[in-house]
Amino acid sequence: MWEHFHHQADIGIRGVGKSMAEALEEAALGLMGVMCQPDNVEAKQKIKINCEAPDAELLLIDWLSAIIYEVATRGMLFGRFEVEIVDNKLRGMAWGEEIDHEKHKTVVEVKGATYAELKVVCNKKGQWVAQCVVDV
Amino acid sequence: MDTKRLKRVSEYEWRIERAGKMQADGVIFASAKLIRDMDEKVCEQVSNVAALPGIVRASFAMPDAHWGYGFPIGGVAAFDPDAGGVISAGGVGFDIACGVRTLHTGLKTGDIEGKRQEIAEGLFRKVPAGVGSRGKLHLNKKAMDEALAGGAKWAVEKGYGMADDLRFIEYGGRIEGARPGEVSDHAKKRQEDEVGTLGSGNHYLEVQRVVEIYDKAAAQAFGISVDDLKISIHCGSRGLGHQIGTDFLKKMTASAAQFGIQLPERELACAPLDSKLGQSYLGAMRSGINCALANRQVLTHLVRQVFDRIMPKATIKLLYDVSHNTCQEEEHAINGKCRRVFIHRKGATRAFGPGHGFLPGEYRHVGQPVLIGGTMGTASYILVGTSESEECAFGSACHGAGRNMSRTAAKKRWRGTEVAGQLAAGGVLIRSKSMRGVAEEAPGAYKDVSEVVEATEKANLARKVAKLVPLICVKG
Repeated sequence: MWEHFHHQADIGIRGVGKSMAEALEEAALGLMGVMCQPDNVEAKQKIKINCEAPDAELLLIDWLSAIIYEVATRGMLFGRFEVEIVDNKLRGMAWGEEIDHEKHKTVVEVKGATYAELKVVCNKKGQWVAQCVVDV
Repeated sequence: MDTKRLKRVSEYEWRIERAGKMQADGVIFASAKLIRDMDEKVCEQVSNVAALPGIVRASFAMPDAHWGYGFPIGGVAAFDPDAGGVISAGGVGFDIACGVRTLHTGLKTGDIEGKRQEIAEGLFRKVPAGVGSRGKLHLNKKAMDEALAGGAKWAVEKGYGMADDLRFIEYGGRIEGARPGEVSDHAKKRQEDEVGTLGSGNHYLEVQRVVEIYDKAAAQAFGISVDDLKISIHCGSRGLGHQIGTDFLKKMTASAAQFGIQLPERELACAPLDSKLGQSYLGAMRSGINCALANRQVLTHLVRQVFDRIMPKATIKLLYDVSHNTCQEEEHAINGKCRRVFIHRKGATRAFGPGHGFLPGEYRHVGQPVLIGGTMGTASYILVGTSESEECAFGSACHGAGRNMSRTAAKKRWRGTEVAGQLAAGGVLIRSKSMRGVAEEAPGAYKDVSEVVEATEKANLARKVAKLVPLICVKG
């Protein structure tokens, strides 16, 4: 599950899942939800994204930054993600297609993932939450 | 914001007295209403900035200040390199040198009657905007380094504009000290097709009408009369700046402990100005400034092409170009001594007063034009720097209306087509690839720009010169 949360100037994105990996997959969808309607993005092309960071929070930032980079340089949007995490090393896959403004109902570019409201935690219910504010 | 925590120094100046880890006071310039409506987070963020090493005088916030990340948006803070002062990637932000450029057209509003739809369409087709927009200009590695070192000057040399344009851009269109070698390949890759693109979000290209003049002498110096048709471009350094922000935020976060800097929050990541990392960021950030200047120069060229075709009578000249997300090396009188400091302005505009050597000859006797972008439904303002501005906050002023409502709340409240319809009924033509983007940027999601400008004037940060209302708005 993903959702957006309130930030006065920008947008907060939050991914929730059964594992940290799933929370990061959902957070990536939350990021796409800032830019477009991710449900409308077809999985025509698959790309690999690998990152590594000293802790879980910085790993989320790296993961989101890497997706932002792929969107910007490939001119693609993504609608599906898969993440595997071992020892703060992330191996990710993203499926998507070239940007089509009409089809994807594009909204706004994301400039970067910020450290504001940054959290990757397992809550009392045993759910993993991965969140931060993104700059648009 | 709860004003009990603040000491009201004057009607438009509120002080957060130094406490805890703060090394200086915090100062917020605002009217009582603006300060009441400001988020508590602004106060917290102003105080956090005041705790950074080497801060000079105070941590300031302009009347349009709102909750940012690390620094407030509308924040101004100077650091002294000789007193352990720092430079912060978060204090500049992701959109390095985002700014406003206003152009004269030599036309009156009446001249475009019957042509407005055609101009709106022409600009919308010519100027790449929105998610994933790419320009016609592709820069290879060598050309990229030249652009990052050369700024708008580089663009003019490549045929995008006239040499005289450069006189009306901060730093003559090119900031010294850019080091393209400090910019990552990732950042350059993001930019290779993005020179001459508008971007999205709150970025825009507007055709505007001057509706009111407040300061005749300054208006005359700037070449502004009632009913003039002007064009304003609001955008920044595109993917390159965003990636520099991302890269250096990470590097500065990782090395803060090594420099013995305790960060109240990670977003305030910074490095001493005299460190290798600080200098590396300075060189990269200045490349970002040049990138933004080149970008606005190429966009100006595209605007000229559209007007040449549709309105051949038009003469597009620069009024001024000013950036509002930067860290600049400046000399200021502090406690009677001239000191070299590095001033972060994040969502704040330079506002130099009369006589400043930095200004073009035509404007020197009145002061620097301060270009304030409003919303697509309200108004924009042109202000002028005052002699008092230097005393207030190192010659700085507000940069826009400032958001009042989050994007998530705005898109729940409005539909883009309705917003565009209402604006069209009010005489503003909106062109955008994204109607949800238009909803998120609805005028009601922003503070009242007139109130922000009024407070800016009353606080002596800058003086009102003219008010402009939009006729055509191309949104990213």
